[in-house]
Amino acid sequence: MKLGLDPAVVRKARDLAARAAEPVIEMARTHTTVSVERAVLRLAGVTGADADGIPWVNRIVDAVRDQVGLEHGVALPFFAAGNWRSLKFGLPTGAERDRALARAREAVGAGIARIDRNRADRDRLLARHGDPEKPWIYLIVATGDIHEDIPQAQAAAREGADVIAVIRSTGQSLLDYVPEGATRQGYAGTYATQENFRLMRAALDEVSGELGRYVRLTNYASGLCMPEIAALAGLERLDMMLNDCMYGIIFRDINPRRTFVDQRFSRQIHARAGIVINTGEDNYLTTADAIDAAHTVVASQLLNERFGHEAGLADRQLGLGHAFEINPQIPDSFRLELAHAQLVRELFPAAPLKYMPPTKHMTGNIFAGYLLDAFFNLAGVMTGQSIILVGMMTEGIHTPWLSDRDLALENVRYVRRAAGDLSEDFTPGPFIRERAARVLSETVDLLHRVADDGLLDAIADGVFGVTKRPADRGRGLDGVVEKADGYVNPATEILEAAP
Amino acid sequence: MTVETMKQIIRPYGDTTGDAMIQVSFTLPVPHGPRAELAALQLAGKMGLDPASVVHSKAMGPDFTFFIVYGKATHLIDYAGIEVPEGREFELLPPAQVNAAVQSVLGRRLVVVGACIGTDAHTVGIDAILNVKGFAGEKGLEYYREIEVHNMGAQVAVDDLVARAKAVDADAVLVSQVVTQKSAHIHNTKQMAAAFTEAYPTSLTGGLGRPLLVVGGPRFDTVTPSDLGVDRIFGKGTTPGEVASYLVHALVRE
Repeated sequence: MKLGLDPAVVRKARDLAARAAEPVIEMARTHTTVSVERAVLRLAGVTGADADGIPWVNRIVDAVRDQVGLEHGVALPFFAAGNWRSLKFGLPTGAERDRALARAREAVGAGIARIDRNRADRDRLLARHGDPEKPWIYLIVATGDIHEDIPQAQAAAREGADVIAVIRSTGQSLLDYVPEGATRQGYAGTYATQENFRLMRAALDEVSGELGRYVRLTNYASGLCMPEIAALAGLERLDMMLNDCMYGIIFRDINPRRTFVDQRFSRQIHARAGIVINTGEDNYLTTADAIDAAHTVVASQLLNERFGHEAGLADRQLGLGHAFEINPQIPDSFRLELAHAQLVRELFPAAPLKYMPPTKHMTGNIFAGYLLDAFFNLAGVMTGQSIILVGMMTEGIHTPWLSDRDLALENVRYVRRAAGDLSEDFTPGPFIRERAARVLSETVDLLHRVADDGLLDAIADGVFGVTKRPADRGRGLDGVVEKADGYVNPATEILEAAP
Repeated sequence: MTVETMKQIIRPYGDTTGDAMIQVSFTLPVPHGPRAELAALQLAGKMGLDPASVVHSKAMGPDFTFFIVYGKATHLIDYAGIEVPEGREFELLPPAQVNAAVQSVLGRRLVVVGACIGTDAHTVGIDAILNVKGFAGEKGLEYYREIEVHNMGAQVAVDDLVARAKAVDADAVLVSQVVTQKSAHIHNTKQMAAAFTEAYPTSLTGGLGRPLLVVGGPRFDTVTPSDLGVDRIFGKGTTPGEVASYLVHALVRE
């Protein structure tokens, strides 16, 4: 460890994060949401939509909520119903309850068995095609049309991308349902649907075989349908999912309680599916100053780690996020970036860290932006980052052109070739060591306050990302239900049983 | 003086006055090779570059080629015929003067409602203007003692924005639009302006019978406020101090 961080301070930071997270975890254990229940139905194999395009899982959960209440879970009323398309539900008792429970466990168990098979398939394909060396090069496609995305994604993979992320249509995070089928129109991105997942994964399997290197697929388990999208990702063998503990709250104004309940379930699925989550701390630095707010990034990473571990994620599944967003006009900006990046590397040695390129200080001067991206790439290899999102010199001007992506990959390839193992020679001096220690100590101070005041209050006070988000405000709170004593969720039963 | 002598002809400048040299880059959907370069040169010629030379061409996959071309622009610009765009119509005031003006003239706090409307989730712009943190070394409007800020955040529906503006009796509504795909920023802004016109039918203009409508974003450079139905557009790099000074100029009339 190059920074000489005090292990006692690091331990303290982790203890405080665990203490801050505990009441929220307890709340998440004792509540369910409409989206968690819909995810249970999706795992049980319920698919399709009614004539208006409303998914059956929504119709069923809404009907159960109206007729029975959701506090017992959707599984028993659903599996007790003779013909569920009548959308008439009751809560079974006695032998009828036992039969419904057995049917529910069998159906959901089959869905989870499919997730298990997908995980085994991934391992097999990684062995056959080969797992690319780190840092993985992460590229985004986002045309809105899955059939345009596919050739672009394949082209990007051929040009060197190891990870393809299909950006979602902007409005999707606030939709309280998952659209059905292949979609050809989106808004600044392509809808996350089960069919789109399947089509893209198949296309990347094809190109993986051609290239002799397994190309990973990423999407977003975030927004109001986080648990369902996590389930669909597991069912269709996606490899990484954006899944942050606070992003939806802060940037999408989704209710904090809804987010934490949804998040715990979605992370249990990701854990089972062998999916690497990507957290969103980079976003804090788009609203707050990258130097002043450096400690909020680390505090959030420690919280994401704690929530992730509690949900069953291994360290190798924690793609904690951070970013290169310091104002380049500030003296020593690159040294400060190295201090932050090295700090995160050393705090989470086994985590596949995701490092995000500059966006805030990309000015429209594409030539200067290309240089800044090269420095970002250099910081990434010097500090051993695991996943490097490829920066575009046209960031903030337009969605990347073919040539933008090509030039950006040329930039990364050059830096990797020229300086790939530079981390071996990089020994930080006092400036970087002191800066890292200071960010860590500010993190501890912040986590003290968060642990004392409670995480929900800290979010309400605008500690993360400056925006204030009270626990009783924001979208989706009406979809949160406290579990009753007889609550049944066959998915969590399986996911929480011994691995 | 004759009309002729008032002209001021300019050409692009490479390293010598009058050399007219410019550089462009583009992609053609053809395989890399000598034929592709001829196509690039023909395009350069049609763009008014003569002579032109392809200094770099690179295959991007089997079907596309990227070019960097240098050439001499044959077009001339009469600089004398280009009018100086109007400058800022208001005076820049420091926060203390903004507060003093609001206090002495309005005798109450100036109420501002801000939001990102439509599906736009990028609150960077509105937060830079509203949050205490501010932007470019200037504190945001929340910092001004005499300005009351209601930041509704991201993806606010236009109806909710109108309702909130009415509920708090807003003097000004600030809307930020970053996402520009399919001209969403233009459509969203027009829709917002129309909703305010409908909600305040007796209004004469912004600040008279309805809140002042102010929109900001990086890509409003091709439209005017009247195209959109708003009172003022702010572009990339706008600071909170500029917005505060404008609000005083437009709303705080002696």
